[in-house]
Amino acid sequence: MAKVSLSEISINGLWKNNPVLVQILGLCPALAVTASVVNALGLSMATTATLVLSNLIISLIRNFVKSEIRIPVYIIVIASVVTAIELSVKAYAYDLYLVLGIFLPLIVTNCVILGRAEAFASKNRPIAAVVDGLMCGLGFTIVLCALGALRELIGNGTLFDGMHLMFGEAARGLKIVVISDYKGFLLAILPPGAFIGLGLLLAGKNIIDHRSSAKS
Amino acid sequence: MIKQMITASLLLTLYSVVGTGLVAYTSAATSEQIKANEKGVLVNSIGEVLPSDNYDNEITTDKITFADHAALGTANPVTIYRARKGDTPVAAVIITEAPEGYGGAIKLLIGINSDGTLAGVRTISHAETPGLGDKIDINKDDWVKDFDGKSLNDPKPEEWKVKKDGGVFDQFSGATITPRAVVKSIRTTLVYFKNNSDSIFSKPSDTVNTKS
Repeated sequence: MAKVSLSEISINGLWKNNPVLVQILGLCPALAVTASVVNALGLSMATTATLVLSNLIISLIRNFVKSEIRIPVYIIVIASVVTAIELSVKAYAYDLYLVLGIFLPLIVTNCVILGRAEAFASKNRPIAAVVDGLMCGLGFTIVLCALGALRELIGNGTLFDGMHLMFGEAARGLKIVVISDYKGFLLAILPPGAFIGLGLLLAGKNIIDHRSSAKS
Repeated sequence: MIKQMITASLLLTLYSVVGTGLVAYTSAATSEQIKANEKGVLVNSIGEVLPSDNYDNEITTDKITFADHAALGTANPVTIYRARKGDTPVAAVIITEAPEGYGGAIKLLIGINSDGTLAGVRTISHAETPGLGDKIDINKDDWVKDFDGKSLNDPKPEEWKVKKDGGVFDQFSGATITPRAVVKSIRTTLVYFKNNSDSIFSKPSDTVNTKS
């Protein structure tokens, strides 16, 4: 595989090949936890950490894995990393653990992670793999937070509610009541709202891409 | 061919062992801290329903575990912490679960004063729908505070239901199953407490070293 530059990897992860908007991967957590910004941010940060670590490890061992057993080996690496991260979050950020609950161990099943392991980390040097993991993670984070913000705003009329669960009491003040006396719009919080919201984000990205290709 | 299979399986075994080792190491390194966190949360939640100057015993160790949990309608043994002032029972804090939650069992902490009134109820953990059923969490909504001071006489036993079922407790818009499960569990616990309050306070506490 030809060497790709780090900036190219970054643009791919963040935009051109965005895990959620383009590869349409990892939709289960993307749809399930994005009822508010704080949940979306917490889960995507844990996912980013997993991506970086699993990409690094898989890139380091890429020459010591026989191709017939590579998928089980990747799964072992990813599952171990996720469990270690879950235990660390439980030990050092217990409140966040309580917020994320079951979605933390479920990161194992996020196809973005296995996808990057197979498509990128197994064929590239460690530095490139780490950058790829970080950028795909950030791409994932941005989309999840955007979706979380959209749903929280339409569903509850607030933004950044519950940040103290993640960053301590000082962050309680981050809550913004955008629309006061808002009755709430349940559909946005429910699963259908996640699908509709994601559809809007996908459409938005396609419009932007169309405009820019039409210009050039 | 055979040789290849053997190398592959040996390699896979090796990776499994290393992976398991990593997890085992993290688990060993974090277990103390996790236990401390869980205890901290327990102390905090007990404190939320029961001010610490109401009792003078070491409440986190003055506990009993009921293997006879069928009477409480739970699938797991139920732990009861006992608050006393001197020798007088003050209240019992019961860690139980409402098995009929929408997303599985809802773990509840129910504080009952010795006179049978509720000192307070808190949700410890749950998997209810975000934005709907999760209003049972004090961080999301004040709903559980409705139970403060309630007892089996107030409201009457047949009114220990959500409004939709003809009772007095509010359900949430879009989520009836969750509050219904919680109300039912609290009621069961109150009945259990009423019928067993003597044995709850007189039983010797669990020895600290037994594994629960």
